[in-house]
Amino acid sequence: MGMTMTQKILAAHAGLDHVEAGQLIMADLDVVMANDITGPMAIPVFRQMADKVYDKEKVVLVPDHFTPNKDIKSAENAKALREFAKEQELTHYYEVGQMGIEHAILPEKGIVVAGECIIGADSHTCTYGALGAFSTGMGTTDVATGMATGQIWFKVPGAIKFVLTGKPSRYVSGKDIIIHIIGKIGVDGALYKSMEFTGDGIANLSMDDRFTMANMAIEAGAKNGIFPVDALAEGYIREHSDKEYKIYEADEDAVYEDVVEIDLSEVRPTVAFPHLPGNAKTIDEIEAMEPIKIDQVVIGSCTNGRMEDMRRAAAILKGHKVHPDVRVMVIPATQKIYKQCIKEGLVDIFIDAGCSFNTPSCGPCMGGHMGVLAAGEKCVSTTNRNFVGRMGHVDSLIYLASPETAAASAIAGYIANPEKAGEN
Amino acid sequence: MKAEGRVFKYGDNVDTDVIIPARYLNSFDPQELASHAMADIDPEFVNKVQPGDLIVANKNFGCGSSREHAPLCLKTAGVSCVIAETFARIFYRNAINIGLPIIECPEAARNIEDGDQVEVDFDSGMIYNRTKGIQFQGQPFPEFMQKIIAAGGLVNYTNQNRK
Repeated sequence: MGMTMTQKILAAHAGLDHVEAGQLIMADLDVVMANDITGPMAIPVFRQMADKVYDKEKVVLVPDHFTPNKDIKSAENAKALREFAKEQELTHYYEVGQMGIEHAILPEKGIVVAGECIIGADSHTCTYGALGAFSTGMGTTDVATGMATGQIWFKVPGAIKFVLTGKPSRYVSGKDIIIHIIGKIGVDGALYKSMEFTGDGIANLSMDDRFTMANMAIEAGAKNGIFPVDALAEGYIREHSDKEYKIYEADEDAVYEDVVEIDLSEVRPTVAFPHLPGNAKTIDEIEAMEPIKIDQVVIGSCTNGRMEDMRRAAAILKGHKVHPDVRVMVIPATQKIYKQCIKEGLVDIFIDAGCSFNTPSCGPCMGGHMGVLAAGEKCVSTTNRNFVGRMGHVDSLIYLASPETAAASAIAGYIANPEKAGEN
Repeated sequence: MKAEGRVFKYGDNVDTDVIIPARYLNSFDPQELASHAMADIDPEFVNKVQPGDLIVANKNFGCGSSREHAPLCLKTAGVSCVIAETFARIFYRNAINIGLPIIECPEAARNIEDGDQVEVDFDSGMIYNRTKGIQFQGQPFPEFMQKIIAAGGLVNYTNQNRK
């Protein structure tokens, strides 16, 4: 019986020739990551098991959630993380100033590559599946154990195969595709499983599209999302990393629990309505409704804060003004992206349109800071979750969308069709 | 090991943002977290919960973030067990790792209502709804996970196996 791509990576890291769904294994870890929410909590747990991390090159700490410190308690946590990173002489600790959102900065710095087995104390750690790595989110105790021992137990997942064909239309990107998929299978549609993306349509997806899609695999309940390593992915890895990487391919006779076919050319700009990422509505359905007036737009996050996202949003906003009733926060995910936005003149476009342009942070995504919502407010956000109270008041509403839909909505003052926004 | 108490019943997709909203994550003190448990789905929960009480929910309990603060705040608030049709996978691992008993049992989830008195026997996986007089067989943990639970969580298990 053949193995899926995920199963092959797990087997190799467990020193086994073969694994199958449901099997419990102990696997070696190539990268163990934590942030300023989960990391400080992991330190005392880690100390119960070890004095030194298993490998100072492989334990990565990124303060990105409540940083730049939003309050005194957050400052204390960030301080604990910083002191631990120093004490352990970690190679990969990124302070404010070099910092970026963890799931954007790890690929950008070449810390994660194809074929690796990665855990992070953040649910969106599944993002690195875009590079052909097995990567999944875990809690504090698991990650503390990984930091101490370099190993963790896994239950080998079964998989759903997504066969992508066709080419997405001009105003459809990875975000629309993944919201469409979650809408189709549900927020527990891939519970405990891998989402393995295949098909010739992948050639029409940029790396940033793939990062966005793998990022939101968790929103379908998946253990991981993973893409095959094609020439584009290999080029990305070589450009960003000196690390050795290994390409795994699913066996011809790999067993899948389900196969879902998606024609990318048929996917429409798609928005997830409150309060679930699977509550998907196409822009055509939305246009048939009464306009949904909005108070805020957020363009950024580990889902959509990358360079292509900035360019796509700027192309819509160029020469336009943000609606007077709307506040817009643009948050590039890393310092490198921030600088590139300056170089390309995107910052001028954003500021001239009336957007704020901010330092990298998870910021408002989880209601931390830099754009918390008041009661009754509505926000179009390029982030990944629209749960009750996620971005602030329990009575606020979040609509998840692509950078282009978010930018078009910022101009219109209601959820708007990016196809009709008109580029300059 | 047994649990017994009154049930707080919830629906599908109870996410970690409503179990412990991110605005409280600037602390990982268990008592402080417990004082905000279920804040955005049931503000009265912390005032009503008694030691030993249970949470029963439908599909995908604990979906969303990896925050271990979620099972930790429930355990510290006095919750003795969570029964659900299914759990989100990170919540499932986190609960085992910190020693909050959880049981997957769709029949029990469907046939237990808010306020019912329920008993759970973790060794046998038996769930008894005393209010309605119905018994259910929950899914027992695989042997490997039972070892983690018996050791008192993943930290103790890891230390025992490394010595």
